[in-house]
Amino acid sequence: MATLRMREALRDAMAEEMRRDEAVFVMGEDVGVFQGAFKVTEGLLEEFGERRVRDTPISENTIVGTGVGAAMGGLRPVVELMTVNFALLALDQIVNHAAAIPYMFNGQAQVPMVIRMPGGGGHQLGPTHSHSFEALFLQVPGLLVACPSTPADGKALLKAAIRDDNPVIFIEHESLYGNRGEVPEDGDEVLRFGEAAVRREGGDVTIVGILKMAHVAEEAARALANEHGVEAEVIDPRTLRPLDLDTILASVHKTNRAVIVEEGWPHGGVGANLAALITEQAFDHLDAPVQRVTGADVHMPYSRRLEQAAMPHEEHVVQAALAALEGSI
Amino acid sequence: MADLPDAGTCYELLARMALIRRFEEEAGRQYQRAKAGGFLHLGIGEEATIVGTTSVMRDEDYLIGTYRTHGHAIARGTDPKRVMAELFGRVDGTSGGRGGSMHIFDGENRFMGGYGIVGGNLPLAAGLALSSDYKGEDAVAVCMFGDGASNTGNFGETMNLAALWSLPILFLVENNLYGMGTSVERHSAQTDLAKKAEGYGIPGERVDGMDVLAVREGVAEGIRLAREERRPTVLEAFTYRYRGHSAADPEVYREREEVEEWRRKDPIEAFGRRCVDAGVLGEREVQEVRDKAEAAVAAAVEFADASPEPALDTLYENLYVLDNDAGWYAVDERSPEPHRGEHEEQMPEAARELAEAGAAYAGQPDGPRPNPAVHGDAELGVEPEVAEETEEPEPAEEGER
Repeated sequence: MATLRMREALRDAMAEEMRRDEAVFVMGEDVGVFQGAFKVTEGLLEEFGERRVRDTPISENTIVGTGVGAAMGGLRPVVELMTVNFALLALDQIVNHAAAIPYMFNGQAQVPMVIRMPGGGGHQLGPTHSHSFEALFLQVPGLLVACPSTPADGKALLKAAIRDDNPVIFIEHESLYGNRGEVPEDGDEVLRFGEAAVRREGGDVTIVGILKMAHVAEEAARALANEHGVEAEVIDPRTLRPLDLDTILASVHKTNRAVIVEEGWPHGGVGANLAALITEQAFDHLDAPVQRVTGADVHMPYSRRLEQAAMPHEEHVVQAALAALEGSI
Repeated sequence: MADLPDAGTCYELLARMALIRRFEEEAGRQYQRAKAGGFLHLGIGEEATIVGTTSVMRDEDYLIGTYRTHGHAIARGTDPKRVMAELFGRVDGTSGGRGGSMHIFDGENRFMGGYGIVGGNLPLAAGLALSSDYKGEDAVAVCMFGDGASNTGNFGETMNLAALWSLPILFLVENNLYGMGTSVERHSAQTDLAKKAEGYGIPGERVDGMDVLAVREGVAEGIRLAREERRPTVLEAFTYRYRGHSAADPEVYREREEVEEWRRKDPIEAFGRRCVDAGVLGEREVQEVRDKAEAAVAAAVEFADASPEPALDTLYENLYVLDNDAGWYAVDERSPEPHRGEHEEQMPEAARELAEAGAAYAGQPDGPRPNPAVHGDAELGVEPEVAEETEEPEPAEEGER
């Protein structure tokens, strides 16, 4: 085991896969000479050269479309969009081509590409640079969606994503890049998509959190235990498509209560989707309505106080869990 | 004027153009009979641009086009039977009935697809060219698109990237003078589209798109520059579609005389006449070409008609590539059935029932298209209106892209 930051773990995943497979290459804005806007591609240009680490112009739709074409031509591109926010400029290529081509051409063409993009709020970047779009991509059939919260998961999921023959939306969180964690050193660890992690066991309430909110969920669980005598079970789905609903349902069968935590908007969100699934498939096991904790239904304001007011925090999760437990404690 | 090539080549060019013409005429007829649905964009009049281009491409070169590409696939070598079957939405279609008229694809013949989003195929072409370049291969990408696509952001973005990375690519503008119903003068500030990428470092040439030999010459040079000198270029081919933008086009934006004028420059008539006048082909061969096209298209219709409708349990096939390292994929969250985890690769019973209930709205396979307006309710004593068998669906033109 080595202790690595998230950004280093992701870099190692790309470097290892590039060493393993000549067809893997990286392209995106400032991924080469600049070493990545968040330094995730640091050192790659030096090791692999201009052919395999390609700086692109600021042309998101064309960067993604070129990746799709290259994947159809037999390569395995890892495209970095500087942030989730800029993915909006590439939605046409993501939805109409990357996701649709294998289906609409009936399996004659495959699109084995990874589109990496960091997102999330909390850095006072205002309305256009603080988005969380997990739900947007989750909605599109044909895409896989990964959202790792630890360096070990980040590395193992990214390696799996690069090896997979489907287009993968790989969402990273800007606030987690500096987080350290234990990562298997030389193991060729590949994490299968669709396997949730139970971060903490408990019998009173199930809390599901993704990306940074997986950590917030764990903090809330500790507070619930210390201050309220409530034992929460914390689950990090790690991938949203495919979704390990089995693990979540098994937990709800045990706790009879569920709270879902995400940074994105409430309407049509990850939590809304999961609440519907839990309600449809575990209605008889629920003792309380499924609770959602989300970002506020506004564009992210710049002011530090307003921004924090618009984001979900530990306290919100604690309150939601207590609401789900109302009357039973 | 370009010299005539040898008799065999002339025969092949004429035959391919005649086949596409006849195919498109018949596709239009089958659409009227409601055998083909959705939108139908015909390339009648544009055959010289299509065939001139493909005739100088190598087998390994990539061709990628737009939503008007029945002819492009056929020119590349796709069996017309499979294109017609795709228009009919049948299992033997090029995409098994998944794509339809706008999304023809034939990877074996390196026809890398028709695409329904205007300008969307330009970045894909750059990617295909990049894959060839990356692997050190010789293949070039020929990217065909209309005059309207030159206004999309993808045009500027892709030109820049192609020039920056010296990609082996030829951008071929099929300028048929209208982006749907808006003339070039009304949609592009720079009407000399060959010049439109000059600022990105990509030079362009103009060519008579109604002259198959002129197109051949222009494309051959563009491909040579791409293959040998890694220089992307633009070729603007002036052509014309005799029919409307799609089958649902009232053509209020152009005069009948204009269409007639272009018809007089018909690329197939003109080339056939030139071949006969020069003594390269005889009248009998020209007639033979027509007869063969007629027979091939009749066979295509018969084949498409006999091909089965796609089975409902294939609804989720090829949505994902399975058996990968990444694991399994849920097929449908509409199902109220208990979650089945890894076994969801197979269509669950509830999903099958939903599909069957939905498919019932399509009417009987092969039957006339259902039209709620003409379905009466006998029990209530309401007489159904008479449904015309030839009734044509009238899709709204808006939102087509």
